Amino acid sequence: MVKKFVGFFNKQKKFEEDIMENGIRYSSFYGDSFHRLMKNRMAMFCALVLVLLILVAIFAPLIAPYDPAYQDYSAVLQEPSSAHLLGTDEYGRDILSRIIYGSRVSISIGIVAQIVASIVGVALGSLAGYYGGVIDSVISRIMEIFQAFPDLIFAMAIMTFLGKGVINLFIALGLLTWVRTARMIRGSVMQLKEKEYIEASKVSGASTYWIIMKGLIPNCLSTIIVLVTLGIPNAIMYEASLSFLGIGIQPPTPSWGNMISAAQTFISYRPLYSIMPGVAIMITVIAFNIFGDGLRDALDPKLKA
Amino acid sequence: MGSYIAKRLLQTIFVLIGISLVTFILLQVVPGDPVALMLERRADAETIARVRHELGLDRPYIVQYLDFVKGAIHLDFGTSYFTREVVTDALLRSFRVTFKLACMSFVFAAAVGIPCGIFAAAKRGKGIDTVVMVLSIIGVSAPAFWVAIILQIVFGLRLNWFPISGFDSPLSYVLPSIALGARYAGNMARITRTSMLEVLNQDYIRTARAKGVRRSVIILKHALKNALIPIVTLIGTDFGYMLTGSMLIEKVFSIPGIGKLAVDAMSNRDLPLLEGTVMYIAFVFVIVNLIVDISYAFLDPRIRIGKGAK
Repeated sequence: MVKKFVGFFNKQKKFEEDIMENGIRYSSFYGDSFHRLMKNRMAMFCALVLVLLILVAIFAPLIAPYDPAYQDYSAVLQEPSSAHLLGTDEYGRDILSRIIYGSRVSISIGIVAQIVASIVGVALGSLAGYYGGVIDSVISRIMEIFQAFPDLIFAMAIMTFLGKGVINLFIALGLLTWVRTARMIRGSVMQLKEKEYIEASKVSGASTYWIIMKGLIPNCLSTIIVLVTLGIPNAIMYEASLSFLGIGIQPPTPSWGNMISAAQTFISYRPLYSIMPGVAIMITVIAFNIFGDGLRDALDPKLKA
Repeated sequence: MGSYIAKRLLQTIFVLIGISLVTFILLQVVPGDPVALMLERRADAETIARVRHELGLDRPYIVQYLDFVKGAIHLDFGTSYFTREVVTDALLRSFRVTFKLACMSFVFAAAVGIPCGIFAAAKRGKGIDTVVMVLSIIGVSAPAFWVAIILQIVFGLRLNWFPISGFDSPLSYVLPSIALGARYAGNMARITRTSMLEVLNQDYIRTARAKGVRRSVIILKHALKNALIPIVTLIGTDFGYMLTGSMLIEKVFSIPGIGKLAVDAMSNRDLPLLEGTVMYIAFVFVIVNLIVDISYAFLDPRIRIGKGAK
């Protein structure tokens, strides 16, 4: 494995020099990390973009110029104009409004899928790491099987089993991504459980549940935060891919993936229709990735893989 | 070394059994009766029961599973419910197309990604480094099917250089291979750069430089050799992904590969075909990863001696 991954626009060196020169001024771990993060301009810019995207998603009804489902058959497949900034689709619906509403779908799916993945991953990962032995073997074998499936075909099989629908998509994407979290948490817990403070809690009679919940998981929190942030763009990409294949979000609900799928028919004379939803996906994914990289550098440089 | 391979093989067999079980549970116990769908509700209950019996769907699940595994070992997944084609034939025919696509994408990704990564590492911090890194982050973050559509628009429709669908002439290979390879080219560039930078920091490189060896020789001969080890593993895995993740590109360019087969089988609920495709793709993926791991062990003595992979 590559030990030291030099991330994009990584300013880590600079922070270290800064701390060496000025002495360590920051006492708490998260305060320290926050300060490191604040100094990473690229990551902060992406954080700003993400805040904007999330605001757009939340306030979509106020921002979108039209109702995304409103069909105007007198204005079908129009070119961009002052009335429709990005033109209209084959049902005369405003493309800009649909992209704005699509952000709700993509971002919420990314976040919920990662919450599902984290709950499953942290639970199984900490059990495997803490108990070891048979429990660890069983969980590790399950993880190996999950990892052995190529991701898209696995998502397709799960969606065939569960049937189409938003809730099922959350589950499918959660199942697709929990292994990464579980592996990381398992590794951290295995290291942490050898520490003296865990030994001390055991001796003083703490229950296993207490040790895991209060002693181990809070120490993995920074890892979990980083994994969630870097997992969201992944989930967004899977959602777009599945919706593009027609097994994710179903029309008429707008999602960036199913918009591109619909637009494919019209690429010869309305190229913008298929390009713009992709731009939205790309901006979101890049912003999450760079912010996540920055967060990783600030919180947990060990995670660089 | 022998024990490492044996361990890895055993693990692979176990994983394959797990895959067959998961595939079976997900797809055989599937809601939405394929028989009812196949007969399009024209048939009465009696006919449906007869067809279910003919297809063996009325047997207990455990019998069906054992039958499925027995078939899978003999590469026999039955015949498609819809086209009546033997599943294995359909798989082999589609796989040949996908394999060709994956190989060409792989060549594209390696030919673009690795030199770009070396170049970026050699010119670290300069403008060209930034350009390569920005391009690679775009390549990694853009959905492949969207890149494919943009290539169709620009090079197919506007410039009219390449056909935008099909996979029968050398010219028609170009756009799909680039679309599928773009993401991995970005990935390879990143990894090559990181790996090169790590090696370039080592003492023996400084020694070579002190001896007065030319910089280009240091980079291409001394550094690249060691930097290649992590690159080889990662691009091996990438090849597995290209081979198994081409369905989006196949859909955009209407290429009759294994991904299209899977998508079609899924929308028709054609169980034998879908099971066969999923098993086949998972099998190929597992085998590619096994080969990569073993070849990595050959390349890197640290693994050969013992700590195991990953």
